[in-house]
Amino acid sequence: MNAAPPLLAVRGLSKHYSVTGGFLAREIARVHAVDDINLDIERGETLGLVGESGCGKSTTGRCIMRLIEPSAGTISFEGRDVTHIDGEDLRRLRRDMQIIFQDPFASLNPRHTVAGIVGEALVIHRLATGRRQIEERVVQLLETVGLRSDHLNRFPHEFSGGQRQRIGIARALAVEPKLLVCDEAVSALDVSVQAQVINLLEDLQDKFALTYLFIAHDLSVVEHISTRVAVMYLGRIVEVAPARALYDNPRHPYTKALLSTVPIPDPKLKRKRLVLTGEPPNPFNPPPGCHFRTRCPLAEPRCAEIAPALLETMPGHMVACHVTG
Amino acid sequence: MTERLLDIRDLRTWFNTDDGMVRAVDGVSLHVNRGETLAVVGESGSGKTVTARSVLKLIDMPPGRFAGGEILWRGRDLIPASNSEIDKIRAREIAMIFQEPMTALNPVYTVGDQIAEPLRAHENLSRRAALARAAELMRLVQIPDPERRVRDYPHQFSGGMRQRVVIAIAIACGPQLLIADEPTTALDVTIQAQILDLLNDMKARFGMAIMLITHAMGVVAENADRVVVMYAGKVVEAAPVEELFANPRHPYTQGLIRAIPRVDAKAQHRTRLAQIPGTVPSLINPPAGCRFAARCTFATDACVAAEPVLKPVGPDHTVACIL
Repeated sequence: MNAAPPLLAVRGLSKHYSVTGGFLAREIARVHAVDDINLDIERGETLGLVGESGCGKSTTGRCIMRLIEPSAGTISFEGRDVTHIDGEDLRRLRRDMQIIFQDPFASLNPRHTVAGIVGEALVIHRLATGRRQIEERVVQLLETVGLRSDHLNRFPHEFSGGQRQRIGIARALAVEPKLLVCDEAVSALDVSVQAQVINLLEDLQDKFALTYLFIAHDLSVVEHISTRVAVMYLGRIVEVAPARALYDNPRHPYTKALLSTVPIPDPKLKRKRLVLTGEPPNPFNPPPGCHFRTRCPLAEPRCAEIAPALLETMPGHMVACHVTG
Repeated sequence: MTERLLDIRDLRTWFNTDDGMVRAVDGVSLHVNRGETLAVVGESGSGKTVTARSVLKLIDMPPGRFAGGEILWRGRDLIPASNSEIDKIRAREIAMIFQEPMTALNPVYTVGDQIAEPLRAHENLSRRAALARAAELMRLVQIPDPERRVRDYPHQFSGGMRQRVVIAIAIACGPQLLIADEPTTALDVTIQAQILDLLNDMKARFGMAIMLITHAMGVVAENADRVVVMYAGKVVEAAPVEELFANPRHPYTQGLIRAIPRVDAKAQHRTRLAQIPGTVPSLINPPAGCRFAARCTFATDACVAAEPVLKPVGPDHTVACIL
């Protein structure tokens, strides 16, 4: 095991939320938003993380960013355990990991100009000093993401959704991060603008050797941009594989169903869709054993007893399923 | 054989704002035939939702106003119709469902009462009879355990189940046209597939036409019979669905189809997506001539000089582009 450690390694990550109620606000239930997941992100790759609402994909991203504290597990960055660092160490880590959010309206301070929003990180991390040097660097960043220097003194409300997302990207790039977490970064954009931002993210990755954790619910976008894809269901990872392999040869019944329900823009294609019945179960009381078994067409008695482990069935292709794994 | 149920002609719905007159819908013509699904596709600000809401006069006036055109429902213009005449058409002949199923439902009434309301208002059923019909309708839209759930409130339902409740309300009086404004946009893909299947099932069962407003080309391809593409308050192209995807003529339609990544076998992993440069123009002072010209790779001086009109280029296929 001499290989260099992955850029990011997540081991046994869990995040529980307590639901309190009654006398003295005792814990009456517990939501396992993220339930014992393992993930590696290699340098220079894009790991796609997909799943439906409530599956825990955003919580995972925010735990990795140390924006919320995990309940258990470890997060290692470049081989170093960063799960519990704080103060100056945490600030240094923030230079290496940045995040861009879904809502380009809520994630920019409406009272700050673009220069202030993008320049703030330069000041905090002392990456540039003096008005002129900061401004030069901000202009350079704006041009990198396809904005112009005359946008410098404008406020967020003067921009369209796509332009705001570019401002968010410029802000993230200001500290020259190694890992960029994109949390539904293109989901709120119109298709024509979405394509612009996806192309921009791909260009930036090539230019700055960035590593992405790309969190999204849109499987076609994830397939397009990712090197590998991890599928989550109710707090657990059910399948991980290289993007093409996952889409050509999905193994987990949930992945199969998810893929078959993605609408394809080709009216001549008459597919046999595998429409799942029912809805994801209540995360307060997930069914014991495999979480997916209540909607699974292949469920067997053993699925109710033991939760299947995520096992490598083919090189690089991991599945958590008793039946197809 | 095809009867035009709804025939919108040169509709102009404008809004008076502090910044000036917004020409949200500016000369839109489209029609829906009996029993078909017409998809109206476009991005934010294309005017697709305002067009849909204009049909049932769900536009606040002021600031909105009809600045011209006709909305013919089975041959009769709805624009001069009185509120009581429109009330008779709403729900019984034309029903509408919206994107956000939570805001479309009243949180303080049970879903049973809300499904029963149009039945009591339009069909003079008693409360008891209407509630019994409500339970039947809930079964029809595949809500489990309907006899018990008629007494539940909207917050006790998930997003997908709420949209089923909204569909039950919409089809309660057997409308001939259902206007569905982004009915699955707020839902996850597995639930989206269930709701679209349900709508298609209702269409097949009751023969109602659907006007499906959406921004998703995949949803269009899998559900529409005909498609109208809107851009900046105008129709730029209209065609049967297979023709539109096989032979898109307007540069905007071509761009929209090519800009979407695909998951199927034809997907080209990590090849650059076709992108349409720029953004949608302001509708306060829309550019002269073709509104897409500023973003169009093929634009010439002639495009800016005169506004293109919809011209036939094939059977049932019209395009507003001079090229």
